[in-house]
Amino acid sequence: MITLKVNGKSLDTDASPDTPLLWVLRDHLGLTGTKFGCGKSLCGACTVHVDGSATRSCVTLVSNVVGKDIRTIEGLSSDRSHPVQKAWLELDVPQCGYCQSGQIMAASALLAQNATPTDADIDTAMAGNICRCGTYPRIRAAIHRAAELMKTGGAK
Amino acid sequence: MSARDLDRPAAPTALDRREFLKAGALAGGGLVIGISLAGCGKPADLAAKSTVGGQPVAWLKIAGDNSITILVDKSEMGQGVYTALPMLIAEELDVPMKAVKVIAAPAGQPYINVFLGTQITGGSTSVREAWGKLRTAGAQARAMLVGAAADEWKVDAATLKVADGVISGPNGQQRTFGELAEAAAKRPLPKDAKPKDPSTFTLVGKLQPRVDTPAKLDGTAEYGIDVKLPGMKYAALAQSPVLGGSVKSVDSAAAEKMPGVVKVVTTKSGVAVVADHYWQAHTARDALKIVWDAGPNAHLDSTAIKAGLKSAKGAALSARKDGDAAAALKAAKKRVEAAYELPLLAHATMEPMNCTADVRADGCDLYVPTQIQQIAQATAAGAAGLKPEQVNVHTTLLGGGFGRRLEVDFIPAAVEASKAVGVPVKLIWTREDDMTHDAYRPPAYDTGSAGFDAAGAVSAVHLKLTSPSVTARMFPPVVDGGKVDPFAVEAAANFLYDVPNVAVDYLRHEVGINVGYWRSVSHALNCFVVESFMDEVAHAAGKDPYEFRHALLAKQPRAQRVLEEAATRAGWGKAAAGHHLGIAVMEGYGTYLAQVADVSVEQGKLKIHKITCVVDCGQKVNPGIVDQQVSGGIVFGLSAALFGEITLEGGKVKQSNFDNYRVVRMNQMPELDVHLIDSSEAPGGIGEPAVALVAPAVANAMFAASGKRIRALPFAAAGIV
Repeated sequence: MITLKVNGKSLDTDASPDTPLLWVLRDHLGLTGTKFGCGKSLCGACTVHVDGSATRSCVTLVSNVVGKDIRTIEGLSSDRSHPVQKAWLELDVPQCGYCQSGQIMAASALLAQNATPTDADIDTAMAGNICRCGTYPRIRAAIHRAAELMKTGGAK
Repeated sequence: MSARDLDRPAAPTALDRREFLKAGALAGGGLVIGISLAGCGKPADLAAKSTVGGQPVAWLKIAGDNSITILVDKSEMGQGVYTALPMLIAEELDVPMKAVKVIAAPAGQPYINVFLGTQITGGSTSVREAWGKLRTAGAQARAMLVGAAADEWKVDAATLKVADGVISGPNGQQRTFGELAEAAAKRPLPKDAKPKDPSTFTLVGKLQPRVDTPAKLDGTAEYGIDVKLPGMKYAALAQSPVLGGSVKSVDSAAAEKMPGVVKVVTTKSGVAVVADHYWQAHTARDALKIVWDAGPNAHLDSTAIKAGLKSAKGAALSARKDGDAAAALKAAKKRVEAAYELPLLAHATMEPMNCTADVRADGCDLYVPTQIQQIAQATAAGAAGLKPEQVNVHTTLLGGGFGRRLEVDFIPAAVEASKAVGVPVKLIWTREDDMTHDAYRPPAYDTGSAGFDAAGAVSAVHLKLTSPSVTARMFPPVVDGGKVDPFAVEAAANFLYDVPNVAVDYLRHEVGINVGYWRSVSHALNCFVVESFMDEVAHAAGKDPYEFRHALLAKQPRAQRVLEEAATRAGWGKAAAGHHLGIAVMEGYGTYLAQVADVSVEQGKLKIHKITCVVDCGQKVNPGIVDQQVSGGIVFGLSAALFGEITLEGGKVKQSNFDNYRVVRMNQMPELDVHLIDSSEAPGGIGEPAVALVAPAVANAMFAASGKRIRALPFAAAGIV
């Protein structure tokens, strides 16, 4: 039995220690907001926060995150009130939406470390997150908007 | 929660199956607007008696509790149908979108796409097909509600006012839609209920937030891959590495001993490992020892496919013939000739293929991200040994479609596995499965010939297109009797330029593997050919590519206008120092577009700074979604133009994941300037056309910058990216 700290809660799983965190979250813990896209850390759809850092859960063995603070899209806020979620809503970013959990987790990790990212910072932080619908221009605009919201007191 | 959030309607959920089923029981007390079955002439009116597979058939249900439910018979794959189609009904009912609940329709004949003959989301038809029928359904519902109120109050219906789901009478009487629904349902369907004149629209044409956005921000949106049923097991599938191969023998002893493994099932599509959890199935799959029969493609490779297309013989079919292009070319004072090559492409939706099947002795529930419900239903029925009507198709949200989910190849193994283990099974393909077992975009070898007369005018254009046919496999009756595949000659057969002699010929040449419809279908191939070639012709004529096109589009005012606007916005003739512009224009799906690419070339490498796109798609339903589709389409087209290429060796696809099948990422994005023209023309399709113009606009800019003409995609193959 493995105990994980996910979204502030202590959760037990009988998953084998060599199971990728992605599949533990999705199948064992029912947190399907984190998506499977490539399985090789190439697309970013599975991005979660581990101790605050954007982490590809598809290549992270569950045994390596025991005791760490894991946050998924379900735990970013309880009511879509995180500035990134607010900005995404305001700019109607998603199309198919499948990659957006990962995009939002990558963007929120960026903003937690860099409150006023430049376009170049955004390029660097977000280049690992593929969107086949091509929402990149709105993602970029929404990250800048989220930065503004955080400045004006929207930060959590 | 922001104020804006409160304005949102309830998120659409394919999850609401139970509630949907309950709605059938509730029908006695509510108003349901069904459909006009083609040819039957009598609209299926009231709930209970019009059902498919026990489910009520309708686009619209107004219940006694004032809830308004709109069923969408198209799949939501990012293109915004869960917002745009309900807007058409809400407009007629004069209710705000926040009052409307949106759910997915089941599979059934009443929901066929009348443009395409089966229930299908594709061909950029959703709004065009719904435009008349859903507005009429809304207008009929409104007329019935108004009629019920007028009868109750014994007043002229024309004196009543409708707003926000409430009907008001001349003496202050008020009734909600819900209060009137039962009485309205007893009225005959009004034959003369006309949809609103577009000049009176209050919702359609205005930006509305997408109804599916909130659920896509917090992980609650349910895609096929997220479906969870009681007792469900997971499956991974081993498929023949050689396309078209089959299982010769399986040694599953080791796999069966692995943790969580329930059963190993040999299906027609490959060997499925069913386990308690997905990762267990995935891991055990690697322990299978399978001997494959490679089948007919054991020696197929890309070089041979390319050579085969180039040397293909046989009688080409005529897709367009104006005048006598052959004679005019023969008589021409000067000729231009060029050949273009397009590669196989994968769809690479972000959500890999998956399907959840719950097969029982008496029926099957299929939870599937599909663009083609009835064929999915029939396919599942065949695999389960059931009748199609015994299969309930539950369309989930699609994590991308792009035409990939018009295929049903990922369905049978899930059904066979569920049947074998007697519980629901969710089968998930890996990215590698997905990339190596797609129905790829057809490759092509296309030639253009143009002639100039003595006065220097273009006297003839002859295009010859050689490619395999998707339609011949998917919808064979369409091409039966030697007819041209209409989805192989788009953007060529409707050649826009005013040239007296035009011939477009299509030679079908199969390449041994399945090819599939891919966002914008043959527009993307043929636009590259036509717009690159016309650029070559312009240069051969010594004319400015914009001026040359503009003059030849004098009889195409909508094309001419988008061309003008795009040139103006992009600063045609005024490129920044070191920058060069390329232009391209098209009509597709009833929409006119022009794009200008702004590029520079340094040390032989292409840098794309900006893409300007001007669009006339006629009446817009939701300009925000139109903008998304155009901008997203450009990115999709750019990925293909820069990097997209699937190659085969020994019948196996060499690309496997996003490292060797590259797509555009955030750091590679040029600036986009999308401009939508106001238009009162009939709505055109918008999900696809912008994809097609990127490659020629960039190739033309590349030529302007470097004198290097790229005639084969992708650009990466030319070493310039």
